Order: sequence, then structure tokens, then C-alpha cells
Amino acid sequence: MEITAIYYLIPSLIMFCCGVYGFITRRNMIAMLISLELMLNAVDVNFVVFNRFLFPEQMEGMFFTLFAIAIAAAETAVAIAIIINIFRSTRNVDVRGLNEMKF
Amino acid sequence: MDYSQFLAMKQEIGLLIVFLLVFLYDTFMPRTAYGKLPVFAALLMFAVTVCGIVCPSASASSLAFAGMYETNAVVAAIKNVLNIGVIIVLIQSVTWANSQPMEHRRGEFYELLLVTLFGMYLMISARHFLLFVIGLEAASLPLAAMVALDKNRYESHEAAVKYILTAVFSSAIFLMGISFVYGIAGSLYFETIYYALSVGESTLLIIAIAFVIAGVGFKLSLVPFHLWTADVYQGAPTSVTSYLSVISKGAAAFAFMVILAQVFGAVYSSVWEWMLYALIILTITVGNLFAIRQRNMKRFLAFSSVSQAGYIMLGIIAHNTMGVAAMIYYILVYIFSNLAAFGVIGAIENASGKVSMDDYRGLSKTNPKLSFAMMLAMFSLAGIPPFAGFFSKFFIFTGAINQGSVAIYVLVLIALINTIISLYYYLLVVKAMYISEDKCQIETFRSTCTERLGLWITVGGIIFLGIVSCVYSGLLDLTSVSDLSAYFIN
Repeated sequence: MEITAIYYLIPSLIMFCCGVYGFITRRNMIAMLISLELMLNAVDVNFVVFNRFLFPEQMEGMFFTLFAIAIAAAETAVAIAIIINIFRSTRNVDVRGLNEMKF
Repeated sequence: MDYSQFLAMKQEIGLLIVFLLVFLYDTFMPRTAYGKLPVFAALLMFAVTVCGIVCPSASASSLAFAGMYETNAVVAAIKNVLNIGVIIVLIQSVTWANSQPMEHRRGEFYELLLVTLFGMYLMISARHFLLFVIGLEAASLPLAAMVALDKNRYESHEAAVKYILTAVFSSAIFLMGISFVYGIAGSLYFETIYYALSVGESTLLIIAIAFVIAGVGFKLSLVPFHLWTADVYQGAPTSVTSYLSVISKGAAAFAFMVILAQVFGAVYSSVWEWMLYALIILTITVGNLFAIRQRNMKRFLAFSSVSQAGYIMLGIIAHNTMGVAAMIYYILVYIFSNLAAFGVIGAIENASGKVSMDDYRGLSKTNPKLSFAMMLAMFSLAGIPPFAGFFSKFFIFTGAINQGSVAIYVLVLIALINTIISLYYYLLVVKAMYISEDKCQIETFRSTCTERLGLWITVGGIIFLGIVSCVYSGLLDLTSVSDLSAYFIN
């Protein structure tokens, strides 16, 4: 059996949809952050697969992935710092507690 | 490597020098000189802006880093517009930055602000998606830290977490869209993608463009993606809110135009025109309707800025050089009008801590000058002649109508009707200040020197930008001879 691009693209799409689903349904901020990470990793898989199977003559997709990983790490660091701040002031990380401001 | 290509990045290098000087000042100056830091940053920014305006770059575009970075006269113009806005924000923030709770953190505010501005520069100048994404993230991640700067207020943290989660979610969607574009076109250079797409559209391309529009739409707070706006604007410190509402939005709007015209320009009428069409109608209408019921001034201006973003999008859907010129002009006028409103709100908040519209009742009796500045800002935002807001709306409508199709005529008509709705809620503020007979909750106070300076500049801009016609005609000349015109049909 030959493994073609579609064998990688379908799992990456599933990963992305799981991320979106998790981000919408999860109530714990850390779990939401993990869902976001899942979405970003699905993007990385996409780039690598497109590069490897469709346009192997240049490394553009691979380099983009490297940068995307670094950016995702930076995003997580900032988000975790802010969540820790929230935890210090309210002692929970549940998004249902963040209802001071609405409408 | 050819180092002379760094000369194309004059404005970025100037900004980097300002950042380094502010950083060194913050780190090494003695404690006694620390209070001068805000003024120091504003003066440096002023010097860089003057340099940018006085010695402009050549009208021909220059590329750097194998075509990843491009600068030309239009790009330089929008960067200068953003610089002017940043100077006003810096002047208005001095009182807040020198207040007691900010004592140990004022340096961070200025450093983060300059870094986000650098990210926006990259976003505007990028001609490759890698540089664009780096700019986008550099512009949005430090902003989350700035929103969370007010450590003693719980609302600040809540706003920051809402901002960072939606920002990361939107950038993940945006990156997914780019990965599809890469799969279709095989390159990340804007120019290569443009030619690869001109053969025709596919279903995947429609999904990719929808993802890209959704991703940037979050930053611009277009309507289905606007839910973070009001909460973040309310929770963030007022100086950060004003920065977020004008500079961040203006930069994102221009970058959005660059992406839609220079990457997806070939599929304008078949793919993204109708997407943007629906977004504009929703954005203007929903923004206006939600603004009516707000009592908190910062939330009120948040929804007002949502609907203003819809008007700015008219310059993109116009898809001609006049639309681009009108958009830059609109951003400039919007910077002045919105910063005047935020200047008044900030001054009142610093003096009395009040931000509710109910507290503004009868303000004209206790603080006539502040009320007058607020009234001018509201008139300009609503688009009443002879103030600048009228002319910016006029030009952006003209630019859109020049596109020529009947659908756009209907769109402009809807935008016009919405202008009348917006007049109602902008005048609510004026009514509260001038007509209400109640005893005012806000004592008479004298605002600080820097707050007054900021208000004088913005009020001067509101009055004169509309009358001094060379601003708009200069922008129109710049755009019509620029390389951008090659991407438009008419």
C-alpha cells in the first residue's frame, strides 16, 4: 500500500476539528490552551505534508513549520502567565468564573 | 549578503533605535530620572515621525530579503499615520504611567507598545506569509501583556485572558487558511500566489480565503468575530484601550487590504467580494445596534469602533486606488477622533475614576472644555460636517461607489442608513453632557498638562484635517502612482 498525502491530511484535519471542539466545550483554561495547541500542530502537519508531497523542490513549508512551532511556544508562554495571574487572584482556572464583564 | 537592503527598512530601524533607547533608559537611569521616561519616549517617537515625514522614501518600491519585505510610498504613508497616532497615545498616557500603581511598571508599557508597533510595521510591509505571521504575532502577543498590565484590577486579567485565547484561536484558524493556500499555490510569496491563483478558483481556495478572512477579522473585530472587543476594551487600562482601538485596528485594516488585493486579488469578484459584503453589513449594523444599549463609556466606544471597522472595510471592497487612499485617510481621521474621545475618558478616569455614561450628565457645567472636546469627537465619529469625520466617510463612500456595481450601491446605502443610527447614540453622550439638568457627579477639575496637550492635538486634527484638502489629495496621488494600482481592475 502506498502512503499518499491524504493519509496525513485526514488525521491533521481531525486534529484541527478536535482542537476547535475542545476549545469551545472545555471549561478549564489549561484544557482550552491544550486544544489551541492541537489546532496549531495540525497546521504544522499540513505544511510539512504539502511541502513533502506536492512541492519537494523547495523547503518553504518546512521553514514555516519551524517558525510556527516557535510562535506557538511563545503564545503558550504568554497565555500561561496570564492564567497564573488569574489563578492568583481568584483561585480557579474555570472560564465560568470569568463573568465580571459581559454584554 | 547585501547589507544595503537594510536601508529599505529605514522606518523599522528608527523604531528599533527608539525601543533600544527607551529600554536602556528604563534599565540604567537612576530612580530620580525615572519619572521622565514617558516624556522621553514621546519625544523620541516624535523625532522618528518627523524624520519619516520630512525625508520620505522614493516612490518606487524597494524590496529586501529576497522580496519578503517591500516598502513604497503608500506603505511609508500608513506607517507615518500610525506613528502620529502612537505619539498622541504616548502623550495621553503620561499621567496614567506616572500614577502610583504603575510606578514600577511604566517602562514595560512603553517597551511592549513599541514592540507591537514594530510587529505592525512588519505586517504592513510583508510580502511573504512567513514574515506576515511573525509580524501578526509580534503585534498581538505583547498586546495581551499590555491588557494585563493593571495588576491590581481583576478586570484587567479577565480581559487579558479573553484577548489571548481568542487571539491564539484566530491565529490558528489563519494559519490553517495559509496552509491551504500553500497547498494550492506551492509558494508563500504574495506575488507567486497571485499568479498561481489567476488560473481559476477551487473549493479549497474558497475555504482557505474564508479562514484567512476569519483570522484577520478577529483582529479587526468584524462582526461574527467581535465578541472579545467590548470585554477587552472595558477591562484594559484606558491608554491600552485607546492604542488597541486605533493603532492596532488601523494596521490590521491596511494589512488586510494588502492580503486581499495582492494575494487574492485575482479572485476578487468570484470569491471574497461577497464574503466581505456580508461581513460589512453585519459589522456596521450589529456594532451600531449594540452600541445603543451600552452605559459604560469604554464599552460604548468598543461597539462604536466595531461599526467604524465596517466603514474602513468599504475601502477594501471598493478594490480601487481611490478606496485605498480613502481608507488611509479614514484611519488617520479615526485616530484623531477616537483618541480625542479616549483622551477625555482617560482624563476623567484619572481624576475621578468614573467611566459610566450616567456620570457624564451635566458635565458641561462642571468641565466645559472637556465636554466640548468630547462633543467634537462624537460629531466627528458620527460624520457631521464640517468636521473631519464627515469627509472621511464621504471619501470612503465615493471610493466604494467608483467600483461601479449595483450591489455596492446598495451596500453604501445600508452604510448611509447606519450612519443615521450611529448619530443617535453618539448624540446620547452629547445630550447627557449638555442637556441633562442633573447635578453632575464629576467635580470640576483641571486636567494635567499632557492630557490637555493631547486633547489640543486631537481637536486640532478633527477640525483641520477635513478643511486642509491636501492631505487626502496627497494620499490619492501616492496611491494612484504606486505599484498597488496594478492589482486593481479599474
